[in-house]
Amino acid sequence: MKERGFTLLIWASALLVAAMLLWVLSDVFIKGLSHLSWSFLMDEPSDSGRSGGIAPILISTLLILLVALFVSIPLGLAVAVWLSDFTEQRSEFANIIRLTLDALTGVPSIVYGLFGNAFFSIFLGLGFSIVSGGLTLACMILPVFIRTCESGLSAVNNDWRKGALALGLSRSATVWHILLPAAAPAIVTGLILGIGRATAETAALIFTSGYVDRMPESVMDSGRSLAVHIYDLSMNVTGGDDAAYASAFVLITLIILLNTFAQAGVNRWLKGRLVAL
Amino acid sequence: MTLTSSINTRPYTLGSMNTGEPCCEPIAHLQVQNLSLAYGQKTVLDGVSLDIYKGCITALIGPSGCGKTSFLSALNRLTDLSASTRVRGSVLFDGEDLLSDKVDVLTLRRRIGMIFQKPNPFPLSIRRNLDLPLKEHGVNDRKIRAQKIETALRDVGLWDEVADRLDSSALALSGGQQQRLCIARALVLEPEILLMDEPCSALDPISSAVVEALIIRLRGQYTVVIVTHNLAQARRVANYAAFFWMKERVGKLIEFGQCQNLFEKPNHQLTAAYISGTQG
Ligand SMILES: Nc1ncnc2c1ncn2[C@@H]1O[C@H](COP(=O)(O)OP(=O)(O)OP(=O)(O)O)[C@@H](O)[C@H]1O
Ligand SMILES: [Mg+2]
Repeated sequence: MKERGFTLLIWASALLVAAMLLWVLSDVFIKGLSHLSWSFLMDEPSDSGRSGGIAPILISTLLILLVALFVSIPLGLAVAVWLSDFTEQRSEFANIIRLTLDALTGVPSIVYGLFGNAFFSIFLGLGFSIVSGGLTLACMILPVFIRTCESGLSAVNNDWRKGALALGLSRSATVWHILLPAAAPAIVTGLILGIGRATAETAALIFTSGYVDRMPESVMDSGRSLAVHIYDLSMNVTGGDDAAYASAFVLITLIILLNTFAQAGVNRWLKGRLVAL
Repeated sequence: MTLTSSINTRPYTLGSMNTGEPCCEPIAHLQVQNLSLAYGQKTVLDGVSLDIYKGCITALIGPSGCGKTSFLSALNRLTDLSASTRVRGSVLFDGEDLLSDKVDVLTLRRRIGMIFQKPNPFPLSIRRNLDLPLKEHGVNDRKIRAQKIETALRDVGLWDEVADRLDSSALALSGGQQQRLCIARALVLEPEILLMDEPCSALDPISSAVVEALIIRLRGQYTVVIVTHNLAQARRVANYAAFFWMKERVGKLIEFGQCQNLFEKPNHQLTAAYISGTQG
């Protein structure tokens, strides 16, 4: 009897969550699809976004993301490798770094926005620009990315490290040819978490990349991201709901696409390196 | 200076002990002198001196925890891995103390290979397991690498078994094949000395016999130091044997000599008790 109740509870929870997700997605898909068209993707917005399209916003979103990933992937991997393989596991200094990263993971994104505004926009003089926004996002996703990659690297079979060491392989070769490929699943997870967080971000971007909805001419231009656009349409623009839903639809599709690309990209990189785990 | 010039001539540990007739002219390849090893505050080996003879197989025997693995890892500086591991004494190799800071450890490890208890092929293809170390040690010519790979795989008797699937995962091989692949991976770098830490203990009896036969074939061409808990195996493969024992929780070398002699006429009571199975 108790057993049945327990099973029921587990199933009910799973179904509840699945139903909620399905409801949100279908809401966005049904309302979004009706407003979606080719021209919506290819046109500039007009009338505060009520009509027209989202072309510049899509471009800005991608550029911001590109800057963020371009900075955070190499830097994040390097820090993760340092934490997992270049310091003693119990080193004080490394532990302080880990604690700091964990604390940063929980910091609300608006704080990153304020920091990014003060540091990148004003102190470094990058102004309201795609670069400022991208760098701010990089700061925001780095902690999670680093910690995810680090735990993936630490989980790599130690026998391989010893084997590599005993063959006189250099550390760089060990990291590049054995440890990183073996930790690839964790790296993909970290990437997907990062991409998701960055693409969905509004608060960190309003004060850094701004909300100008013109087509950016360079990464030094201000650019509005999709999430900021959706926020603006639903909060500040009466009658912008249709466009907001369509943008949300695009945003969700974009995240799914990017995750697929991330997975495919890593698989491609693995090909010829790693045969099986 | 005197030590350096006496290398290859005067094995000093055998000394006046009754160790039986040598199998061949004993030439010291490694001269371990007064080696001690500690993990942090905990000393696990103390005052170990012995010679490892060129082209011979030396077996290290002794109870669990007496420091055999630690001893082996000092010989190729795997002990460098942890900063808290301290190794004292000296190990002369080609007239040079391989424990000194001046030694290039990557080259040293190419010359002194190591095989572990648990087979540890990299999660790469069979070919890449051998290709990667070759490339890393500067063999840039693809053809030469392919040739060396084939030779190494033939040497361990694996070529006929894997020739048609060199590009499939090394992890799909059986345990015994994996261990032979690991031996091939060490041999492909043309080392002079091979350290083997219980290379057969994770294998089934048949694979174990295959690997054992392979080790015997290495004799003469390579200097082998093998740790084994299987005394019968030690007797079968080794020319020399070293018996380690814990005294006051610190590992010591109790006896070293001709393998046959150590088993048949042990000089030390502890050795006699250990090999007759009454202790350890
Ligand atoms: N990395 C390490 N840090 C601290 N102590 C260690 C470490 N490695 C080994 N020891 C300790 O050193 C002692 C000797 O260990 P070692 O592995 O050398 O023994 P062994 O003779 O190889 O044993 P076995 O036959 O079980 O393999 C043991 O007491 C072990 O607990
Ligand atoms: Mg051991």
